[in-house]
Amino acid sequence: MRTPSRTRVIGTRRRKVDSVQKATGQAIYADDLQLPRMLHAKILRSPHPHARIRSIDFSECLALPGVVAVLRGEEMPVRYGIIPWTEDEQALAVDKVRYVGDEVACVAALDELTAQEALEKIRVDYEPLPALLSVDEARRSETRIHEGSKHGNVSKHVDLAFGDVDLELSRSAVVVEEDFYYEGSTHAPIEPHCAVAQLDGDGNLTVWSSTQIPHYLHRALAKVLGLPERRIRVIQPFLGGAFGGKSDPFALEFCVAKLAQKTGRPVKILYTREEVFYAHRGRHPMKMRFRVGTDREGKITAVDSKIDIDGGAYSSFGLVTAYYSGQLLTGPYRFPSYRFDSTRWFTNKPCCGPKRGHGSVQPRFGFEVALDLCAERLGLDPIEIRRRNFIGEDVVTVNGQRIGSNGFERCLDAVERASGWKERYGRLPPGRGLGVAGSMYISGTAYPIYPNEMPQTGVQVKLDRSGRVTVFSGASDIGQGSNSVPAYVLAEELGCCPEDVVCVAADTDLTPVDLGAYSSRVTYMLGLACLEAAQRLRAQLAAAVAAHFGVPEGAVEGELGSWREPGGRAISFQEAVKLAEAKFGTLGATGSYRTQKLGGDYRGGTIGASPAYSFTAHVAEVAVDEETGRIAVEKLWVAHDCGRALNPCLVEGQMEGSAYMGYAEALFEEQGYDGRGLHRGPSLLDYRIPTTLDTPDLQALVVESIDPNGPYGAKEAGEGPLHPAIPAISNAVWRAVGIRLTELPFTPAKVLRLLRERDAQRRPAAGGG
Amino acid sequence: MSRPQKRVVRLRVNGEDHELAVSPHETLLEALRYGLRLTGSKQGCDKGDCGACTVRLDGAPVLSCLTLALEAEGREVVTIEGLARGAALDPVQAAFDECGALQCGFCQSGMMISARALLDRTPSPTLGEIKEALSGNLCRCTGYTKILEAVQVAAGQCRPGEGPVGDGLGRRRT
Repeated sequence: MRTPSRTRVIGTRRRKVDSVQKATGQAIYADDLQLPRMLHAKILRSPHPHARIRSIDFSECLALPGVVAVLRGEEMPVRYGIIPWTEDEQALAVDKVRYVGDEVACVAALDELTAQEALEKIRVDYEPLPALLSVDEARRSETRIHEGSKHGNVSKHVDLAFGDVDLELSRSAVVVEEDFYYEGSTHAPIEPHCAVAQLDGDGNLTVWSSTQIPHYLHRALAKVLGLPERRIRVIQPFLGGAFGGKSDPFALEFCVAKLAQKTGRPVKILYTREEVFYAHRGRHPMKMRFRVGTDREGKITAVDSKIDIDGGAYSSFGLVTAYYSGQLLTGPYRFPSYRFDSTRWFTNKPCCGPKRGHGSVQPRFGFEVALDLCAERLGLDPIEIRRRNFIGEDVVTVNGQRIGSNGFERCLDAVERASGWKERYGRLPPGRGLGVAGSMYISGTAYPIYPNEMPQTGVQVKLDRSGRVTVFSGASDIGQGSNSVPAYVLAEELGCCPEDVVCVAADTDLTPVDLGAYSSRVTYMLGLACLEAAQRLRAQLAAAVAAHFGVPEGAVEGELGSWREPGGRAISFQEAVKLAEAKFGTLGATGSYRTQKLGGDYRGGTIGASPAYSFTAHVAEVAVDEETGRIAVEKLWVAHDCGRALNPCLVEGQMEGSAYMGYAEALFEEQGYDGRGLHRGPSLLDYRIPTTLDTPDLQALVVESIDPNGPYGAKEAGEGPLHPAIPAISNAVWRAVGIRLTELPFTPAKVLRLLRERDAQRRPAAGGG
Repeated sequence: MSRPQKRVVRLRVNGEDHELAVSPHETLLEALRYGLRLTGSKQGCDKGDCGACTVRLDGAPVLSCLTLALEAEGREVVTIEGLARGAALDPVQAAFDECGALQCGFCQSGMMISARALLDRTPSPTLGEIKEALSGNLCRCTGYTKILEAVQVAAGQCRPGEGPVGDGLGRRRT
């Protein structure tokens, strides 16, 4: 690997390898696929939040002209789930439905409209059961959402303590105790979920799906359909956004596959926007109580949290969510003692799962506001209290996570400078304020979701006399640019231009296994795998070119399309490849990556253990209208330590997109349900994702700490930069108008209520009582 | 339920004439995507919320998911496939590419059509005018920052990596 100061491609602003295809409309997404004789299918969904299915009658449905096949739960009863220890889902309900929208049956017809009409002719006899629509109901009720649960409606309970929290709190100069509530939110990618399946004459099944984890989908299809994995090919076409919402295997993928088997014809299912809101798997609602103690200097002594997590109807990633709600909080500040007690509950609502910043955005909100309260009690500047608690580099956190590079202090410096904090904090006109918050996030996880000793990612690289470099990558490009990362790395190492690299990706027949686009693992792990393959090929190119010029191997160097020797002679990259192919035979190399064993030596100690951690600081500037209760976020300054920006343009894009999404969660979005379990607004306008006019100015400030283990020093940038947006806005509102927003989203109604409470406290008690 | 009979509609799309049999309820988006196989226009919501289906109809940006195919009879339709001039990208497409404005790309066909319509109407728009013109196109990836920059680059107001520049006028308070 070249040292960072000498790179030609890495660290420069570059186009993505596939953006012209996207700019011209040539990129093919799942719903753009149209195959000969293709059927269209639709899924019947439960109108009840909790009910037993007594019977299903398809006779009228099957009599409708154009209906080709129907599917019921009993045909695919095998339970599956993304986490091998909590497999509690079935492709279609077999005996019971657990939320409004739960999948009951499926119809394939000649066209989509007929399939839709056919759904209305399926007669389902339901026996309604008590619906548990909140954590409190789930806790109290005798009703079980999953009959087999060992502990009532508890999905997962984690209780971990490090150090003597009670003793530390009793000795603390300041103890802040505060409740926080995070209402759920959803991903809302602009592309709805879509899958197409086709069976060939040999019984081999191909499934194209808008999944961000083709490998786990591959495994789940094999399990549920009872087919060997080698008979199934999963292809991820271009993907129209995901953010975690396309991580689980979904009913549509099993249904198209089974219907293709039953009918021998290609089958497509495209979810409606409403179905996407019910398929969900988004951010969990969390009710959190934090106790944070500090000494007189503002140094944290203890952190204690108790968290109830509303998981919805199934487990999904919930086991990990429960751990992440505590395990990922132990940086960028030093915690001498820490305890968290998190319980995920089943409720009769759409299932929650991983959304950008999985499990850690909610507690980060609570903690960073609590830390601000500590600063307020001590009369400390909010940036200063964060500096005083900085955990440092090359340290082990209280829960046993090893932090290497850490640019958090420089993130604080960057937002302080850019926002004019020193000159402006506390000096803005009434109604305006600045607020700060920080965070830490993982760059991949140390363990795969199912235990195995194989690589977590791999690439194969082929190059030949044409001068074209082809990389076969298992990674899922969901817009973040993972198909471009190999082009940058290979161009840097092999001396070609990035444009000479073509990336074949996310096709289980053609590409090595990659575990998927989650946990901010892709750039880190894929980058290292590419480097390993590239360095093997680079040695061959260097040997061939050096022999050609009659100079030592170490003297030649490739750079952006040519190879040269110190005397000034040069040949093109293509000539260099020809020499290498003549000397070594057909050229190709593989590279892979697998993490070392990491994490604390206790049950759950590996969850949250990452080969590297990213760090972020935000400053928000807000203006609050006391008449209307409306908050205007004028600007968000986002400083993020990404280790090294392989392409600063893409890193900024991840930071801006993250900050936007955090802002959206703070002020707009709410995945809420009514008393019958119906989503309150399952459309993009009712749910209110921000438009150009709603979104504040976002300024990305890239901080590079050059991680000793990442590719060229890189760490993640896709999820970390979301976290501080929400607490920074809450903290800024405090400076602006003196109210503490502790419940999301920060709606005008909540602001007005708190303003009235503030005024009531300020005013002397009215006489006459 | 008996289906209404299909009718033949003449569509002029990206300068080419097509005859297509469509149901009376068929949207322009469906006719483009599934009838003419011009899949660059995307369906994100099918109810006029997201703007991913935006095409130009006689020059004006419209939501093709809320426009019946029959309404487009005899009118000039331009889709993302017709934005480039021959092999050369439209300056809007080139700017979106160079500025990193395309993440997943799904919303961007509609976004670029709206941007082109704006620049044809207002060659040097203010930042507020750009925000206003793109406010019907939802993007979930970018936070809009690099999209605004790209439109300014296409308008010759700044270079890639420099924007967006301007006063931010037009921000709506929440």
